[in-house]
Amino acid sequence: MNATDAAATPGGGLPKGAPILEVEDLHVTFQGRVGLIAGLRGQKGTLSRAVDGVNLQVRKGEVLAIAGESGCGKTTTARAIMGLQAVDGGTIKYEGKPLPRNLKPYLRKVQMVFQDPTDTLNPRQTIYEIIAEGLRIHGIDRGPNGEPEEQLVARALSHAGLRPPDRFFLRYPHELSGGQRQRVVIAGALVLDPEIIVADEPVSNLDASVRGEILQLLMKLREELDLTIVIVTHDLGLAWTVADRVAVMYLGRIVEIGPTEEVLLRPLHPYTRALLDVVPEAGGLDRPILTGEPPDPTRVPPGCRFHPRCPVVVTGKAAGLGIEAACKGEDLGLEEIKPGQFAACHASRQLGAEAALAALAEVEAAVAPEPISQGSWSSDDQQGDPDTSPEG
Amino acid sequence: MTDVLRVEDLFITYQTSAGGVPAVRGVDLAVKKGEVLGLAGESGCGKSTIAGAILRLLPATTEVKGTITLDGENILGMKPGRLRAVRWTGASIIFQGAMHALNPVQRVGDQIAEAIVVHQQAGEKEAQIRVGSLLEQVGLPTRRMQDYPHELSGGQKQRVMIAMALACSPSLVIADEPTTALDVMVQAQVLRLMKELQRDLGLSMIFITHDLSVLVETSDRLAIMYAGKIVEEGPAEAVFHEPKHPYTSALAAAFPEIGDMRFRGNPTGLGGDPPDPQEIPSGCPFHPRCPVAFADCERTVPGLYSAGEDRRAACLLMEDAKSGVETRG
Repeated sequence: MNATDAAATPGGGLPKGAPILEVEDLHVTFQGRVGLIAGLRGQKGTLSRAVDGVNLQVRKGEVLAIAGESGCGKTTTARAIMGLQAVDGGTIKYEGKPLPRNLKPYLRKVQMVFQDPTDTLNPRQTIYEIIAEGLRIHGIDRGPNGEPEEQLVARALSHAGLRPPDRFFLRYPHELSGGQRQRVVIAGALVLDPEIIVADEPVSNLDASVRGEILQLLMKLREELDLTIVIVTHDLGLAWTVADRVAVMYLGRIVEIGPTEEVLLRPLHPYTRALLDVVPEAGGLDRPILTGEPPDPTRVPPGCRFHPRCPVVVTGKAAGLGIEAACKGEDLGLEEIKPGQFAACHASRQLGAEAALAALAEVEAAVAPEPISQGSWSSDDQQGDPDTSPEG
Repeated sequence: MTDVLRVEDLFITYQTSAGGVPAVRGVDLAVKKGEVLGLAGESGCGKSTIAGAILRLLPATTEVKGTITLDGENILGMKPGRLRAVRWTGASIIFQGAMHALNPVQRVGDQIAEAIVVHQQAGEKEAQIRVGSLLEQVGLPTRRMQDYPHELSGGQKQRVMIAMALACSPSLVIADEPTTALDVMVQAQVLRLMKELQRDLGLSMIFITHDLSVLVETSDRLAIMYAGKIVEEGPAEAVFHEPKHPYTSALAAAFPEIGDMRFRGNPTGLGGDPPDPQEIPSGCPFHPRCPVAFADCERTVPGLYSAGEDRRAACLLMEDAKSGVETRG
């Protein structure tokens, strides 16, 4: 049934793996605010380059995770894809064609699931009204096979695991648990029979034991409805669990993208490696931690934007390889280092995948802090000043 | 080693217009000197309520039964004067959301000094010197004491909160979700700082969070809570890597280790949601969501049974459950 639904829509014919959504050289800037007087004098606030040249291909049927720290531009990229964010440059293509002026038909095909279901749902609307709203906005009163609205809403709810659906029709969001609310949000996206779901931190506001269920649901929907899913997350563990490919963003740009196993187990960009090093797990505190706060998009460094924090540069390895000048002065985009795995790193470019991996491991060992041994509260253990800013 | 804190048979019931809400239903805990106890569980399981009870920060109408002994003194029986003296010198707390816990119109140095002066550990002048050294200890330059909270970043504010908690050299520091609002990189920095301070100062700590992976990184022992009770307790790594209670397994699965192929393409979670404290299921409170529940679970309330060396779990599948031998910590 779902297959026929999909086939009835023009996008359904794309083969799996074909690029369904392409983002080319996307730029989004935010103008900082100035005070009234300064504004009258014609002064402008600082320009924040939130998304600064993102290139991305989303393939039909895949789960793509976009990961990074807060402020890296991952959510802004997602919002730009959704048409929720005015862009300053670049193109977005859907099924090979640039987006038309009238976005409405496209927006039906691309649906967003937001982070906090409690904020997303109108507390004064019943679940039925919430789900049906999307249909009404798009002027859909019948399904592709002539189904009435009620049936479409019921189908979306039951796809989202809220069964029997009619039991939920007249309930209000506050009567549901957090997990159920997120299912309502997902049902609201599904009712329009989309091709792509963009989920911005879909489980980070949910209780830990409930998260798995929502992710399971997304995986199941991908199979059943032939969906393409883009998940924006800060959680690399989540990417490991569900994503086919991972894109890592830093300071408004994708610095590495490739198959999940490659990017998360054999990362070619030092920033990916740094992010992986801070994933909490037993003994994780003994691995290097980048210093400082997330970088400032109003002051994007010249050259490789990661170079001021990059352990390859800081340890002098870059100088040894003769690429230090490039790191500090030459901006660079993604390059395919290994089949399917792209990185924006001078070291990887110069050395190639294997040698780059070895070099990164060497650098990491050099900057690793002294271990804090477990159970070391015995008095014989002594250390210098607690220095929270080790190398990096 | 001696116990800095002992919690015995603790019951806490909040009073609301809709009746009593039993948030904690019979908890025993002990923190040894120099030990970090991780307290994990989902929202509403009662973990923050326990922190509130230890510092007696709960609303006055809340019913608290049982004993909480800090350095040999029963906190629940203390008179207000004594309580004020013990708070911050005996036990201090690092709250979640440093953004909101600091006074926005007071310099951070003065906020830290306040506790020192109030507890008459030093005069104004000496307090300033102590503040400077505290800030250095948490990795902030001394001059930062002149700053207002808005001049600091999230991670720096959390460092100030940590300095504040250490100001009066308490025997016990409670950290309630200290890094939840922080970014991953900053979280790692703050966690490392706390671990280093803990080691260098020999701190005894209770570390509260829902993030099991953070706890296994920072804690010596773990106690997992569900519906107001401890369901599993033991050495941190053992509990995380080889959970005995089905709830712990489910919670641990929410924090997969990257590289572990069991999780790849296979998100696992529990059906249902954590129970409403006002409608706790009969028998084992976890049974409606439990993947391995059997008929007895609906009827029998499990005690904490021995679950291997130095470990306990509240599950009827434990060997000792059959003979009914409970163990107490």
